[in-house]
Amino acid sequence: MKRSRARVGADVALLVIGLCFAAPLLWLVLAAVDPQAGYQTKVPPAPSLTNFSAVMTPELLGRPLLNSFVLSAGTALVNLLAAVLAAYPLSRYRSRFNKPFMYTVLFGTSLPVTAIMVPVYGLFVQLQLLDSMAATIFFMATTTLPMAIWMAKNFMDTVPLELEEAAWMDGASNLVTLRTIVLPLMGQGLGVVFIFVFIQAWGNFFVPFILLLSTGKQPAALSIFSFFGQHGAIAYGQLAAFSILYSVPVLVLYAVVSRGMGNSFAMSGAMKG
Amino acid sequence: MKIRRLSRLLPVAPAILLLLVFLLAPVAWSFYASFTDAALTGKAAREPQWVGAENYVRMVTDDAFPTAVWLTVVFVAASAVLGQNLLGLLIALLMTRSRKSVSDWVGTAVVAAWVLPEIVAAFAAYAYFNRDGTLNQLLAVLGTHGLDWLYSFPLVAIILANTWRGTAFSMLVYRAALANVPRDVSEAALMDGARGWQRLAFITLPLIRNSIATNLMLITLQTLAVFTLIWVMTAGGPANASTTLPVLAYQEAFKFGDIGYGTAVASVLILLGMVFGAVYVWLLRERRA
Repeated sequence: MKRSRARVGADVALLVIGLCFAAPLLWLVLAAVDPQAGYQTKVPPAPSLTNFSAVMTPELLGRPLLNSFVLSAGTALVNLLAAVLAAYPLSRYRSRFNKPFMYTVLFGTSLPVTAIMVPVYGLFVQLQLLDSMAATIFFMATTTLPMAIWMAKNFMDTVPLELEEAAWMDGASNLVTLRTIVLPLMGQGLGVVFIFVFIQAWGNFFVPFILLLSTGKQPAALSIFSFFGQHGAIAYGQLAAFSILYSVPVLVLYAVVSRGMGNSFAMSGAMKG
Repeated sequence: MKIRRLSRLLPVAPAILLLLVFLLAPVAWSFYASFTDAALTGKAAREPQWVGAENYVRMVTDDAFPTAVWLTVVFVAASAVLGQNLLGLLIALLMTRSRKSVSDWVGTAVVAAWVLPEIVAAFAAYAYFNRDGTLNQLLAVLGTHGLDWLYSFPLVAIILANTWRGTAFSMLVYRAALANVPRDVSEAALMDGARGWQRLAFITLPLIRNSIATNLMLITLQTLAVFTLIWVMTAGGPANASTTLPVLAYQEAFKFGDIGYGTAVASVLILLGMVFGAVYVWLLRERRA
């Protein structure tokens, strides 16, 4: 009896908190289907999908999303390749070099990225890398690299060494066993790292905001400002519709990671010492 | 033999190269440029002059910098250490008792705010706290007068918005931590008649203290670096009422074109991050030893 009352109390308290968290998002959803949307949250008097059809053009949606995809997938690939290569010797060989390196990497995860954007801009000007998609990809891959190395090493540690030793006996080289034995066995872990980096890059605003200048290269995070007309006139409905279309990919990817293997799994990869 | 051992480490080379070029070089350049008069345009952009500690002297004498430090401290303490941390812990604790359907639904709502692209979350928060926004609508229903939050209480608005945006991380950390607390430990305390909050203070919290320490370090570092949310909601204003250090560094460098002073502010922020990073690494080392 006492138990069930405590349970109802917990349910009610959680629902109240949940509603508070959902409230700001409700505006986004309702405004998206309201052609006359403003800042107010209201049930649209004449709901329609005109906002969506208005933003679904190659210039407004197609190009920016393609840029976002190139940026994020490129970042995740460069990142994963460098992280897996680095994690292999760290996971497989004992060396005096391992511990200091891993602690340095951990230290690197704590560098506030927004703080280095001013110097990075200065550096990119000097090296004439400004407005380069490739340079931006390499930079973004590096900012998430420390975390990715840390996660990749932890996942790799779970693949037993014995399997590889047998192949080494048969004369296979390290890179061969990495490719044919280790990577397939840590497939899930690699997926987690890839999606983790992809989501971060997809949602990143500040880095492309500083480093990419021409409109043709801008990802969705930047092109969203095209809904701010001159003299402060904002197309709220279209802004909301665009926001939703831009957010769907990361929401789906996150759901894939958390459904597929549970939050605690992704978390343990990131947090385990 | 030595060469063989070194060649084994060869696969680490690409990662080290990337870290040197894109992480260490900017940090080093930041410290260097902070002692120059480097500018965004003009002569000082092409040939920056060494000015010694001038930028740092200006920092201490200028009003904007001490204000930004104070705002950053308040922003981090209120939105991360108190807001995200305590709310995340509360949600995780409530979830251990509630119905699964309820905790799944609430978990989704909390995580959604966190997974959304930062610019989308920032716009949603901007609309929510706007004078005509949802918050004032809710207050009107309760019979209270609405306020122009973004103008009159910009710091409160960005603190609440950042708590909304980031609580999911603490919630996930604490859910994972609480899942590892053996059930019979708290059950035994129940038998001894330990009351709820005593059980929490003397049994549960000490058991998850490592997670608490790690979480506090990580969310502090994340919150120190928040830029987009503030920039979209208030742009640091009105006047400098919500200009935290990242916003100040950006404004000085790109709005006023003073790269030298901007990098000086950035360098302070980097140093601050390094201090927290060092404590974080030290905490994890202690735990493993």
